[in-house]
Amino acid sequence: MQDQNKFNYIIQQADNCLILGQRLAELCGHGPVLEQDIATTNISLDLIGQARLFYQYAAELQEEGKTEDDLAYLRDAWDFKNVLLVEQPNGDFGKTIFRQFLYDTFSCYFYEELMKSSDERLASIAAKSHKETLYHMKWSGDWVIRLGDGTEESHNRIQQSVNELWSYKDEIISVNAVDQEAEKAGYGVSLELIKEKRNEKIKAVLEEATLTTPEGDYAHKGGKEGTHSEHLGFILADLQFLQRAYPGNEW
Amino acid sequence: MVISKSQIEEILDEVKDPEIPVISIADLGILRDVKVSDDGFIEVVITPTYTGCPAMMEIERDINNALKKEGINDFKITTVLSPAWSTDLMTEEGKARLKEYGIAPPNPTNEEDIECPNCGSRNTKLLSQFGSTACKSLFKCNDCLEPFDYFKCH
Repeated sequence: MQDQNKFNYIIQQADNCLILGQRLAELCGHGPVLEQDIATTNISLDLIGQARLFYQYAAELQEEGKTEDDLAYLRDAWDFKNVLLVEQPNGDFGKTIFRQFLYDTFSCYFYEELMKSSDERLASIAAKSHKETLYHMKWSGDWVIRLGDGTEESHNRIQQSVNELWSYKDEIISVNAVDQEAEKAGYGVSLELIKEKRNEKIKAVLEEATLTTPEGDYAHKGGKEGTHSEHLGFILADLQFLQRAYPGNEW
Repeated sequence: MVISKSQIEEILDEVKDPEIPVISIADLGILRDVKVSDDGFIEVVITPTYTGCPAMMEIERDINNALKKEGINDFKITTVLSPAWSTDLMTEEGKARLKEYGIAPPNPTNEEDIECPNCGSRNTKLLSQFGSTACKSLFKCNDCLEPFDYFKCH
């Protein structure tokens, strides 16, 4: 492989997309109401579509004759570099929404920066994905406000999810060696830049939603280095079962 | 005999969006280019609407079938992402077809002012940001009371 760091950089975001896409797909047929069932699965579809574009590119860089499917179905938990946030369980609708909002406020600004990447392929994937995530952020942000500024029950429940997920907020904008090298080489983005915009957006939406911003900025980390919570193993067991049990099987 | 670009485009006019079978891939803005080289090799360039659009595979297959049916075998289909697909690429013809079919076409000037494709009233309301496919949202007309799909701006 010519550029191991670029491969690793792409895999980080591809895995975020795939794992969150898989989490949302779990809601297919189980959404709280039909419209939101459709919304979560549509977002899932966009995320899996984005994951495919990244995996296809990563597989080409790998130069081992592998495909996007090998990367999605045949790597083990420690090979996955997604952040811990996206593997958190769906919980109640408030938790699904707030997890989504924390992710969307990252991906939206991340793609906005990645559109300027020196790597044309990454820039074009980012431009395509950015349009989709803008819409996702509108949806999840609207719901944070609706639930927060809704009934006492909905307010209390989403506040609880805000408190629970708060320590999973910042891993996604924490800089590791891969990010550093990618930014230096010009194809990666500055996570510092994203952090500011993202925090502003989160603050504005929480305020409008009449929700309390939790104190403290402790961040659970490990996902970006392949150290995951136990949730990921269960997700992969679902996601990869068919290819593991029936290698090479096609739909 | 070398087939001309316009002949290919005419053949491809029969390829419709599988989810909205009244609108051709050209009118939808999915068909980006048709290139015919001097020795007659054809390249059909397409672009996806949404990254996860499940119709893309079917569209490729339909292009394949449409060309082969006309005895054209020397071609390839290329997918490009950049510049990203936008509803601005939709032709006026395409928008008219959508409306006829009962889907409100994208309104880039104001996405809150959507005309009901059934009765023409502008007294309509967004019911759900996501609709039956990734490219649509769900509206309701407050006058004729019919629900309808709106092809959202992208």
